[in-house]
Amino acid sequence: MLKDGRPTRPLPANDSGEPFATFTGSRALEQDEPLIFEMDSPGAVGVDLPTKVAAKTRLGDLARQEKVGLPSLAEPTVVRHYTRISRLNYGIDTGLFPLGSCTMKHNPRLNERMARLPGFADLHPMQPVSTIQGALALMQHLKNWLSVLTGMPGVALPPGAGAHGELCGMMAIKAALNSRGDGEKRRRVLAPASAHGTNPATAAMLGYQVDEIPENDRGRVDLEAFKAMLGEDVAGIMLTNPNTCGVFENDIRAIADAIHDIGGFFYCDGANFNAIVGRVRPGDLGVDAMHINLHKTFSTPHGGGGPGAGPVVFSEALAPFAPIPWIVGDDETGFDLIESSDQGATTSFGRMKGFHGQMGMFTRALTYILSHGSDGLMQASGDAVLAANYVKARLQDVMSAPFGDGPCMHEALFDESFLKDTGITTLDFAKAMIDEGYHPMTMYFPLVVKGAMLIEPTESESKESLDKFIDCLRFLAEEAKNRNVERFQQAPRFAPRRRLDETQAARKPILRWRPNVQELQAAE
Amino acid sequence: MTDILFSEEHEWVRVDGDVATCGISEYAQVQLGDVVFVDLPTLGAEVNKDDDCAVVESVKAASDVYAPVSGEVIEINEALETDPGLVNSDAQGDGWFFKVKISDASELEGLMDEAAYAKFCKG
Repeated sequence: MLKDGRPTRPLPANDSGEPFATFTGSRALEQDEPLIFEMDSPGAVGVDLPTKVAAKTRLGDLARQEKVGLPSLAEPTVVRHYTRISRLNYGIDTGLFPLGSCTMKHNPRLNERMARLPGFADLHPMQPVSTIQGALALMQHLKNWLSVLTGMPGVALPPGAGAHGELCGMMAIKAALNSRGDGEKRRRVLAPASAHGTNPATAAMLGYQVDEIPENDRGRVDLEAFKAMLGEDVAGIMLTNPNTCGVFENDIRAIADAIHDIGGFFYCDGANFNAIVGRVRPGDLGVDAMHINLHKTFSTPHGGGGPGAGPVVFSEALAPFAPIPWIVGDDETGFDLIESSDQGATTSFGRMKGFHGQMGMFTRALTYILSHGSDGLMQASGDAVLAANYVKARLQDVMSAPFGDGPCMHEALFDESFLKDTGITTLDFAKAMIDEGYHPMTMYFPLVVKGAMLIEPTESESKESLDKFIDCLRFLAEEAKNRNVERFQQAPRFAPRRRLDETQAARKPILRWRPNVQELQAAE
Repeated sequence: MTDILFSEEHEWVRVDGDVATCGISEYAQVQLGDVVFVDLPTLGAEVNKDDDCAVVESVKAASDVYAPVSGEVIEINEALETDPGLVNSDAQGDGWFFKVKISDASELEGLMDEAAYAKFCKG
């Protein structure tokens, strides 16, 4: 006790254990913050503008009649607003982010520094080629690295993200089939049941019929079932390796041979390339096209932190069909762009993006590659796999691994059978992780596993960090086993918002804030 | 109307004369969780047994629904478009998906009765 009688230790929690509601809705440093539109304070301004605008409007009756609807706020209010909501953010810079199949790894600060160099950051994509030689050199060097790491000669940098890269790869396959007069009869694309949803979506978008390949009891493609599906009407296969069950497709060479034997192409979804960089070259496995998520494998920020970038690598057979612009030249001769068939890109299937792709991400990715070096890249993939296996090995006695206790690749997959008869679901378990200060793992994916929990720790977590995470999950698994259901079903209790109504959000989404939204809701 | 029959893909069928009413089972509904969207077949479409002819989407996943019998789609449950929650509240009643004019009644023989289906679900 202090001398005035104030207790120096925290008071015991109240009987219910529930934190009491505060007057403001804030919880100390965690401040309840409305939307900026709800804070509109007519008349408040951040800058002084001249009251009379002298310019004469030439829009005639096209001039906007209704209000623009932007909130009026003073500068300090705006600064506070964005600072406050930024503090509600959870990202790789605040904690472990075990989102499986997403490779949420540390974004080295050196990358950011390089990307902000004015010679890269302040370019305009329509500058004369002679003034952007440095940027083109950087892109060419990145292409060379991607080519060497994958063992594939063609590289297209433009695609904006993974799914865009898939579309690019499949468009090249379609163009190759058309060029040999085979496009009309090859109407089917095969993809495993465990595929990322973007695989069948990409094939369907190009007009293909998508047939699902069953998986075997080891979480891999059922080779015999796959072979039985093959025929002259198959354009290709889309396969992720390592796959979304976190295991390597050991039959991949046989799969590649089988698809090539019937005249089809092999598209590999490179989302999980982080597990094999420097150790396996997809070109050696018989892959014809693969996208590389720079934002996963090569540490450029994503998930709200920055745009994705999904360059595609091509085999000899597909390289001529790569989208324009093509970069040609080398450090000796200088670099040039080929942007049309007139300039020689007669076989290209066309253009996928207005300009060249995500320049900032190219700069970050090449920085990551050069600062790691080939030995560093190899160690990163090894450490990523080691970290996932450590998580799996230390959790599989209390959680349940659907494909046995063998090693995994870069991610550890569990199912919900350890929660059987507890009344707790995968969703509840994930919500309890939020209360513990962790972003949940990927849930209910891949679809082939019931109540899947897919954990990808990546190589950038320390052993101490992994141990703490594992201890937390062991504790939660124990709590579930002891039927302490409230901890799960009431979760999250300490997040800025409690459990959201996902059903209503999907059934009756409110996509845009409007001033009278509360009235609309009340009327329903 | 006959007793309810089930397929291995968790669809149910009730037959009245040559018309089969189809939906997804109570077991499937529980597995899916809250249904948020149902995509029904086109009226008048010819469906073959085991063809995917509808899609049911829940907060967890989107799943294909297969035709348990072949025939022409003669009625669809339009109420599901505005209230997909009917699949959760009454999967084997008001939450029916579509009605088919059966083209081959012998296909019904391969389906399970309620007891066999309950056993099938227990696996």
